[in-house]
Amino acid sequence: MKKLFAMLLVVAMVLSLAACGSSNSASTTGGDTAATNNDASTTTPADSATTDSGAAIKLGGTGPLTGGAAIYGMAAKHGAEIAVDEINALGGIQFELKYEDDAHDAEKAVNAYNTLKDWGMQISLGSVTSTPAAATSAKNFEDRIFALTPSASSTAVIEGKDNVYQMCFTDPNQGSASAQYIFEQKLATKVAIIWKNDDVYSKGIHDTFISKAGELGLEVVSDTTFTSDSQTDFSVQLTEAQKDGADLVFLPIYYDAASLILTQASTKGYAPKFFGVDGMDGILTVEGFDASLAEGVMLLTPFSADATDDLTVNFVGKYNDAYGETPNQFAADAYDCIYAIYNACTAAGVTSAMSAEVTNDLMIAQFTSMTFDGLTGDGVTWDASGAVSKSPKGMIIENGAYVGMD
Amino acid sequence: MTMKIKKMSKYTRRNFITYVMLAILFVVVQALVSTGNVSSLIKGQLVPICAYVVMAISLNLTVGVLGELSLGHAGFMSVGAFSGVVMATCLQTVVPIAWLRLAIAIITGGVFAAMVGVIVGIPVLRLKGDYLAIVTLAFGEIIKSIINNLYIGLDSGGLHMSLLTDKLNLAEGGKTILGGPMGATGVSSISTFTMGMILIVVCLTVIFNLVNSKSGRAVMALRDNRIAAESVGINVTKYKLMAFVISASMAGMAGTLFAMNYSTVVASKFDFNTSILVLVFVVLGGLGNMRGSIIAAAALTILPELLRQFQDYRMLAYAIVLILVMLATNNPTLSAAFRRFFGSFRRKKPTSDAKGGAAQ
Repeated sequence: MKKLFAMLLVVAMVLSLAACGSSNSASTTGGDTAATNNDASTTTPADSATTDSGAAIKLGGTGPLTGGAAIYGMAAKHGAEIAVDEINALGGIQFELKYEDDAHDAEKAVNAYNTLKDWGMQISLGSVTSTPAAATSAKNFEDRIFALTPSASSTAVIEGKDNVYQMCFTDPNQGSASAQYIFEQKLATKVAIIWKNDDVYSKGIHDTFISKAGELGLEVVSDTTFTSDSQTDFSVQLTEAQKDGADLVFLPIYYDAASLILTQASTKGYAPKFFGVDGMDGILTVEGFDASLAEGVMLLTPFSADATDDLTVNFVGKYNDAYGETPNQFAADAYDCIYAIYNACTAAGVTSAMSAEVTNDLMIAQFTSMTFDGLTGDGVTWDASGAVSKSPKGMIIENGAYVGMD
Repeated sequence: MTMKIKKMSKYTRRNFITYVMLAILFVVVQALVSTGNVSSLIKGQLVPICAYVVMAISLNLTVGVLGELSLGHAGFMSVGAFSGVVMATCLQTVVPIAWLRLAIAIITGGVFAAMVGVIVGIPVLRLKGDYLAIVTLAFGEIIKSIINNLYIGLDSGGLHMSLLTDKLNLAEGGKTILGGPMGATGVSSISTFTMGMILIVVCLTVIFNLVNSKSGRAVMALRDNRIAAESVGINVTKYKLMAFVISASMAGMAGTLFAMNYSTVVASKFDFNTSILVLVFVVLGGLGNMRGSIIAAAALTILPELLRQFQDYRMLAYAIVLILVMLATNNPTLSAAFRRFFGSFRRKKPTSDAKGGAAQ
């Protein structure tokens, strides 16, 4: 009898969940239209992506919408949604955007990619994070579907694939740029590195940072690691950095672990300069993190939310209205992705009637020749390998906001 | 034909039905694929399903037949995956035929996993019950950690290997096969559904024959009562280790098949969660019930993808469906109803053994 009762309860849960599921999808579309309506001066509801499905170019992307890396997937999705709504409001070429969850896992990313392929994706936004992107980009290459990934920065993503392009720097690029920046700005004489040795992203940056630092004569006094299983306690790493007298700690890691490092360093009374890369972006929005601890943290990122140019102000305003937070670099990269694709489609005359394969060839021709101005840089170009060329900006956190360092 | 089936022993008949089920499945899927009636999603999942099925039946050998709880099965999968990938990359130019290269890689994966199985098994199988489960869990983590710090490269001078840091010093034109935390990238994906099905059938045959052999009965005697088994002269270490190593080797082969389906594979994929996932297949399918494992592995691999409409609540829905199924299969009222239904069914058609029983 008890078991029967338990089963009844589970059935009730499933049913309520089904209700959740549908209401959730309703609220998402609601959010979309809300985002469109924020732009009410130019948009009518008829312009929203859903009604145009017949004639719209289908864009698909996979990203971690759930799980530990969800903040990146959600940011990229939101940034892309804003751009799609703006473009659809213009009239001309119409886009229809769909993001599928890959939970930061290569196997699930391939499943998500195949779901999008079944849906009829014409141009792909690749994957948001590196490991899944390495798997989906191989599929992109095989199926001849053009991909422009907003933020998958590993070189494995583009290596040997002529139709996969990146909107962000590659990892090695970030590492050497950081070393160069620290050296040129004379930020420190003794550097400590704390990095995550089971993460592609962290390792890529660490390795090039070390070799570049060696070239420049920047002294690395402490080089310590952690893994995803041990990213709660950093006392050993911090003690070592402190003991060796490091006056700058380089953190080529994601913001979640970085927030713990900052908290634990402050409890220990150790206050070096902290320098991060684009994964540090997002640290101010960590729940339960005392944002004042992040004061003075420096990071190298191509996007700053407090820039005063029209494009950034417009984007940040819309993002804030729609999602109630300041966009990070992932959102900006995804926003730029959509516009880069839009420019290429306009120039090449891509229509929704074209097959993915035809579109693919047109896009490759465009991307190797065009120059793009966006949120994350002016005069952005791509080479035939798919890597982007743009310059990073140094940022410092002051009064709870990113401020340009130069 | 009917007469023949009737004359077969109960076990033979049950196994025969499993083979027929697989054969029908294979023919149907192949027909659907060749006529283009299968979505890319399902097509992309065919090989992973085969790999998970092999994982499930191999773990069922340890958990169901040997009766020892292993929580580190993904570790063997990992060993098989990476040794298979290294082998396949080395043979890239030597063996141009893809299926042959895959077959060699799978065998390599199986051999390496078996070797690790021996190394792990000798100390671990001295323990029993909860202690054994915890130690296998630890071994799974150790394997993951080692592979996360292992660098293997290939150049004209042969294979290079280093631990902890990338000290491969590859010659011009060399290629890093395994780059520590970056895992293996640029793997040529040569796994096919046909190869996956062949692997399932081979593993099933081995397990069925083992279970019905003298050794298999010894293993099951150990499971049911160790002291009694020992008292009649059954060598505990020998039979335990045999079942464990066969299980590990099959997991290794499944790992190679899985890895060769993706262009990238990282060690952190084969973590504790993967071990538990496979254990869920086994428990859901029924301990010792191979056909149940096959069905559970296939169904639970597809399920999360079919639940995509739940969006953010997808994994929650998955968990609830899982609880529901577990409760339903263990509910005495329901299973009595099932038995009545299939019982009457069976009396009319004695050849049909559709239910198969939750456990043997």
